[in-house]
Amino acid sequence: MSANVAQPGGQHKTDVVIIGAGPIGLFAVFELGLLDLKTHLIDILDRPGGQCTELYPEKPIYDIPGLVEVTGQGLTDKLMDQIKPFGATFHLSQMAESLEKAGDGWRITTDAGTQIEARVVVIAAGGGSFTPKKPPIPGIESYENTSVFYAVRKMERFRDKVVVIAGGGDSALDWTLNLQPIAKKLVLVHHRDGFRAAPDSVNKMRALVAEGKMEFQVANIKGLNGANGQLSSLTLNTKEKGDYQLPAEMLLPFFGLTMKLGPVANFGINLHENLVPVDTEKFETTTPGIFAIGDINTYPGKLKLILSGFHEGALMAQQAFRYCKPDEKLRFQYTTSSSSLQKKLGVA
Amino acid sequence: MKLIVTDRTGKVHELQARDDWSAMEVIRDANLPLSAECGGACACATCHVYVDEAWVDRIPAAQQQEVDMLDFGVAVQENSRLSCQIKMNAELDGLQVTLAPESL
Repeated sequence: MSANVAQPGGQHKTDVVIIGAGPIGLFAVFELGLLDLKTHLIDILDRPGGQCTELYPEKPIYDIPGLVEVTGQGLTDKLMDQIKPFGATFHLSQMAESLEKAGDGWRITTDAGTQIEARVVVIAAGGGSFTPKKPPIPGIESYENTSVFYAVRKMERFRDKVVVIAGGGDSALDWTLNLQPIAKKLVLVHHRDGFRAAPDSVNKMRALVAEGKMEFQVANIKGLNGANGQLSSLTLNTKEKGDYQLPAEMLLPFFGLTMKLGPVANFGINLHENLVPVDTEKFETTTPGIFAIGDINTYPGKLKLILSGFHEGALMAQQAFRYCKPDEKLRFQYTTSSSSLQKKLGVA
Repeated sequence: MKLIVTDRTGKVHELQARDDWSAMEVIRDANLPLSAECGGACACATCHVYVDEAWVDRIPAAQQQEVDMLDFGVAVQENSRLSCQIKMNAELDGLQVTLAPESL
């Protein structure tokens, strides 16, 4: 990827900060760029594209005007090409955590400590932040970050521990293979004897089982047992065996990602059923200078379509210009005929 | 044609289903809490339901893509299905499903 990705933890100043680097956030860079507005984007995923690349990278989309058929990844790649001339800065694998007033504009701080000051904030966060699914096992929250982890940050934490990995996707299989050599004991638990993972990883896992170096159990996890955040065993269930106990000190559930609104809920902006109400002239929230475009906004007649989000971004950009360049006259131009726009696009 | 849905509080809803709509679409149209994040692309496992035992053998079996996607469902059971992959038709009139628990 040729994007300009910033190191986490820095301090930045820009015209517009966009929360969410999905297709709508990306195209907003284009519309803002035509008006000479500089942009930074923040996304919790490690690459641009949002739902398009996370949920359906290989699936076809047929309702993008002018593109008869494009995949989620294909659309993302095309948008990245299209916005290349504007040099937006990406802050990836970071979650926009807090928003506060800073002079005429706003300061956003991410969970990685990055601070971005901007005159305008655009929330293009789709269905929210992608966060790991948490299985609804009673009491699981009391073990989180002591015995239950949804991601592996430090492998050393699992050294010489009795580790159970739950799930059947690539993350479950990859971490099974990575942690097996250092764990005291490793058990993979999945609801079926089949996996949606790279066949090579599955073969390696099965070989380890055959060598007696780890276990694989087909079962459902019904309960967690332990005290003070320290897990001692899991209650598993199968049709044949009923409930039974499996010793465990650590549990790593890997069931993919789901979308949660997250800290945006605490930004102090008006929300309605986890969506952000906006006007349909500027797609601005009730807080001046904060806009919401794409799936995260709501207004009478809203359709959650990518093409609607593109339109919303174009209108948002007009008002963002007025905030960022109050002394300049907004000039409406077409890319087809304007040599100044063509210069910005690097084609003139 | 009816789709009978038990929500997560145990309340039973008798929904008017439409031919060719997916069960997910019928459930969402009734504003029951089903996130169905990917919008029916069999790509997220957040439209997960349990099919009433009496109906398990009467609905068309899951395709491989759905079986694979269920690996990302939480609290998956033998009667688990993704409701976006159940297409309503006259033969499924009266189908009974329960909304599965969601990710915490």
